[in-house]
Amino acid sequence: MPLDLPLECPIRLSNVFKSFGSIRAVDGLDLDVPAGSCLGLLGPNGAGKSTTMRLLTGQAIADSGDLEVLGFELPKQSKSARARMGLVPQLDNLDVDVSVEENLKVSARLYRVKDIPAAVDRALDLARLTDRRKDAVDELSGGMRRRMLLARGLIHDPDLILLDEPTVGLDPQIRTQIWTLIDDLRSRGKTVLMSTHYIEEAERLADDIAVMAHGKIIARGKPSDLVTEFAGELTAEVYGPPDRLTEVRALADAEGLRSRPAGPAVAIVGADRDRHTFIPPEAVWRAASLEDVFVLLTGEEAE
Amino acid sequence: MSKDPDRMRRLEPAAIAGVMSREIANFRTFWKATAFSSLLEPTIYLLAFGLGLGTTIVTNVEGVDYIEFVGTGIVATAVIFASALPSMFGTFIKYRFQRTYDAILAAPVDVEELVTAEVLWIAMRAGFFGCFPILVCFFFGLSPTWGMLLIPFFGFVTACGFAAFGMAVAGTVSKIDQFNYVTTVVITPLFLVAGTFFPINQLPEGFQIAAQFNPLYQLVELVRGAAFGFETVDILRLLGLIVFSLVLWRIAIHQLTKRLID
Repeated sequence: MPLDLPLECPIRLSNVFKSFGSIRAVDGLDLDVPAGSCLGLLGPNGAGKSTTMRLLTGQAIADSGDLEVLGFELPKQSKSARARMGLVPQLDNLDVDVSVEENLKVSARLYRVKDIPAAVDRALDLARLTDRRKDAVDELSGGMRRRMLLARGLIHDPDLILLDEPTVGLDPQIRTQIWTLIDDLRSRGKTVLMSTHYIEEAERLADDIAVMAHGKIIARGKPSDLVTEFAGELTAEVYGPPDRLTEVRALADAEGLRSRPAGPAVAIVGADRDRHTFIPPEAVWRAASLEDVFVLLTGEEAE
Repeated sequence: MSKDPDRMRRLEPAAIAGVMSREIANFRTFWKATAFSSLLEPTIYLLAFGLGLGTTIVTNVEGVDYIEFVGTGIVATAVIFASALPSMFGTFIKYRFQRTYDAILAAPVDVEELVTAEVLWIAMRAGFFGCFPILVCFFFGLSPTWGMLLIPFFGFVTACGFAAFGMAVAGTVSKIDQFNYVTTVVITPLFLVAGTFFPINQLPEGFQIAAQFNPLYQLVELVRGAAFGFETVDILRLLGLIVFSLVLWRIAIHQLTKRLID
């Protein structure tokens, strides 16, 4: 495949396995990410999302399976693939004593950017840090540093962007700022793979969602399709004392309905107002959500 | 199977330069402290050993004033402390705490290039700052010679080996405290039995033979050759140091690859 032609799927993983000692982090993973789309890799902690990201950047080597990124076979041609992809890491690894501008310049050199001043200006503009360019990174707020990590990952205008938990640990206001930047990438037609364990993030930003658990994809589709397929239309939330909730769950089980704890309530997924008369009238009815799907599929509480 | 017409090569100068540019950017923020200690430490050594011992117990060693004997030997001390220690601690901190290497390896840079760049940068620094004791010695009466222009190069070559040694150690240990074993068991004996403060021919024969395998001893002899006149055997000493550095460089790449790539 000539590399200057657009690829149908910048990421193709087939039957990939990766273990750390006795722990199987990735267990027969199949994953395609179509060009120009944003795929949300949604899963609980320990699902294998970060290992998948490390496999894609060549920082982990698969035990077996086929991996192809931007037309390059991994791990053999990982370096060529990395030249055309950008990574925004989960953990801040900026050089804190060095200025914002210098951090970006170093990154531009690592990615062999030809016009470094222009690339740095563009990145500063993207991160809205132009007026802080001479400041040491240490002097920036948490949100600014996150924006800068994103700008650093895009310094070479990559074809593929990997976002590893891009807003983990951020307060809602900063998270919204980052989402705006990611939205902008989508609108520019970039291919994005974003790992997250935040339901709202995946729902809001991703065209497609792949739910990952125990090292493999257990469901995939558009957020609305996943909800319809796995959680139906409506969810009833029943509130009450613990004994009452246990009783309601038992009744739901008897009716063949799936239920899950939802804070102080029990959420009964796929319920019908007319047919399931055991649901008390005080129950709160709402549209089924991706959170319902996530909890039902992974057995983990959502965030 | 994909073609890769623009597949990237190994050991690309651009990748090495990129990693070194990061080091330079960081060094700009703390160069004053490094320069200060590089000047002060040899001065203290020279005052303590050269003037202390040199005026009270020993005045002359192998036909050379003791202060000049010590001053030329301290170059080796400066080189090992400016290469092995920053390399060990810096590497460990960068991969374990700062996760700097994760950022670098996400770019088109591989471990071989990363290690090479780090080793070269540390060695350049050590080669430069390793000369400071000689400069201080000038104020204590040492006469400049043309051969001394080679001292930064000798320091650089030796520092390449010790910087690689530090990286290899950092890639091997699991806790930063384990560096204590290395400094106590390896580094301190190396610099004490390097002929820095006393000639090794005063040691028992076993130690004299062991010293021949000590890169620091070879560096000390080269520096003294530069200051007081070279011998033919100095070519072998230099070749030995180059081999030492090349072997440690490959070991460092091997250990760091094991540490950084899962």
